[in-house]
Amino acid sequence: MAHPLRTIVRALPVWSYVTLLYGFIFLPVGVLVLFSFQDSRVPVPPFNGPTLRWYEAVFSDTRLMDALANSLVVGVASSLVSLVLGFLAAYALARHRLPGAGLLQGILTAPLTVSYLIIAMGLLITFNELGVPKSLLTVGIGHVVINLPLCFAIVYSQLGEHQANAERAARDLGAREWQVMALVTVPMIWPALFASFFLSVTFSWDEFIIAFMVSRFDVTLPVEIWSMLRTGLNPKTNAVGSFVFLISIAAVLLLDLVVFRRRRA
Amino acid sequence: MSTPAVEFRGIAMHFGDKAALRGIDLAIAEGSFVVLLGPSGGGKTTLLNILGGFLGPTAGQVLIKGADVTQVPPAKRPTTTVFQDYALFPHMSIAGNVGFGLKMRGVPKTERSARVEKALDMVGLGHTALRRIHELSGGQRQRIALARALVVEPSVLLLDEPLGALDLKLRRQMQEELKAIQKRVGTTFVHVTHDQEEAMAIADVIVVMNDGAIEDVGPPERVYLRPASRFTANFMGDNNLIEGRVARAEHGCVAVTTPLGGFDIRGDAEAGASVALSLRPEHLHTEAGGGRVALGRATVMEAGFFGTHHQCSARMDGLDTPLKLRLPQKRLVQPGEVIGLHADPGDMVLLTR
Repeated sequence: MAHPLRTIVRALPVWSYVTLLYGFIFLPVGVLVLFSFQDSRVPVPPFNGPTLRWYEAVFSDTRLMDALANSLVVGVASSLVSLVLGFLAAYALARHRLPGAGLLQGILTAPLTVSYLIIAMGLLITFNELGVPKSLLTVGIGHVVINLPLCFAIVYSQLGEHQANAERAARDLGAREWQVMALVTVPMIWPALFASFFLSVTFSWDEFIIAFMVSRFDVTLPVEIWSMLRTGLNPKTNAVGSFVFLISIAAVLLLDLVVFRRRRA
Repeated sequence: MSTPAVEFRGIAMHFGDKAALRGIDLAIAEGSFVVLLGPSGGGKTTLLNILGGFLGPTAGQVLIKGADVTQVPPAKRPTTTVFQDYALFPHMSIAGNVGFGLKMRGVPKTERSARVEKALDMVGLGHTALRRIHELSGGQRQRIALARALVVEPSVLLLDEPLGALDLKLRRQMQEELKAIQKRVGTTFVHVTHDQEEAMAIADVIVVMNDGAIEDVGPPERVYLRPASRFTANFMGDNNLIEGRVARAEHGCVAVTTPLGGFDIRGDAEAGASVALSLRPEHLHTEAGGGRVALGRATVMEAGFFGTHHQCSARMDGLDTPLKLRLPQKRLVQPGEVIGLHADPGDMVLLTR
């Protein structure tokens, strides 16, 4: 048996590495959250004791609250559209022999590799050409562009032979095509559908560049926070940042709880 | 003659250059248990898929109860299928699985649950309605798949190697059950398998298929005892084929010359034709008696005890391949022993193709 001290010494580099790594990732967030409770006008050390007044200020700021509501609407609506379109495309490519299927699949997933900046500029130019006014709708369209490939890829990876056989059995038992999809395919792959929807919502919730370039009067939360930051740092920006972070964490936890725990069970 | 439950007329199926089926003509009588038997790649599963509507034939027609269904999709055919992997719906309860077909047919809820209950009782799983699929064993899943397919009262039930995934003992038990259920419901069953013992155990009619064509059709006893072709004779159980030539032919009787001597056999063939005689291992004896004639002496090469019998192979002068023998339980033989062999020409079957 190894000497206890030796065990500790051996474990030391491992634990130091882990601490450094997590510190690197989470220290900025920790500082952000800590100074959102700062009882002074500037979010810099020293920490002057906790207060909730900046959160109060955030929740009574109608512009911020409007932006929050806009973000939620854009996130949910664009994710639903991405999910439905992504699922239909994945189903078609997984179940039918289509001419140029490889090419179609490539084109569908290509936007995953293009930077958001390029997508945003492309959308801006296109909307200008078509005379589409910048609004939440255009932001939503932008988010569908980035999230559709994601939904497609996740759903496509989950459509295997297992479901194909069950679909065949359903057809054999008299189900029409829409019934096969609604009663067999969708319930069988719902964890994948749920996961793609939630990932889409979190991506849309965080997204700045596209939302910034193709919106005008109604803006989403990241854009509103950006305009707050231009007037300088104060604990209120920390408070709203912490709130955004909290929502993202909640979404990830929910996803983990509902989808992955269930699959393990 | 009444309308057959199923009729294939000139069914051909090509996958690219490969012909999977070449001109299948077959009528299946109402209420019979038909087994499509053959090696994998023989076309039996393709034929079943064409009957179920999952594949469209390249040529030919499929009729069910006299109606042409060649262009009808699976959902609208009066057929249901028990799939090889069962293809149950994992997200539904057992009652949900069994009731699915009835739901698709718009059967009201109360009638539906009564019929589901009846179907589950039929397969001996009445107590499991609310359980989920993953709680069931392989044999139980098999029965649920059967109940799910039968509850909608199809004209024809298709079974695609349904027992393939079960262990031997369960397999034999399910064979008996399948047979009993078929007799009870009276539905026409079309069952695909490559297991000839299974085919003999359950079939009213065996259809032997090979290389996209039908080799033989008939009741198990006939197909086993009087096979129509060399392929059938070899595929259905162990067999010895002795090649020979027709010396004389008259009035349904032929004289065949073989390396083991000349025999007078029932059958038709032209004089001079090359034929084969099928001689089952259990029809070779070490004692004379009855109408048996002596075949000569053979040297035992291998012998094994199989409980009900001894299985041996023995070499004989003039034959390229050793003969397979099935000697009685108490007849002990050792490798190297020389034994005299006798057979009744009445047990020999003349094979012309």
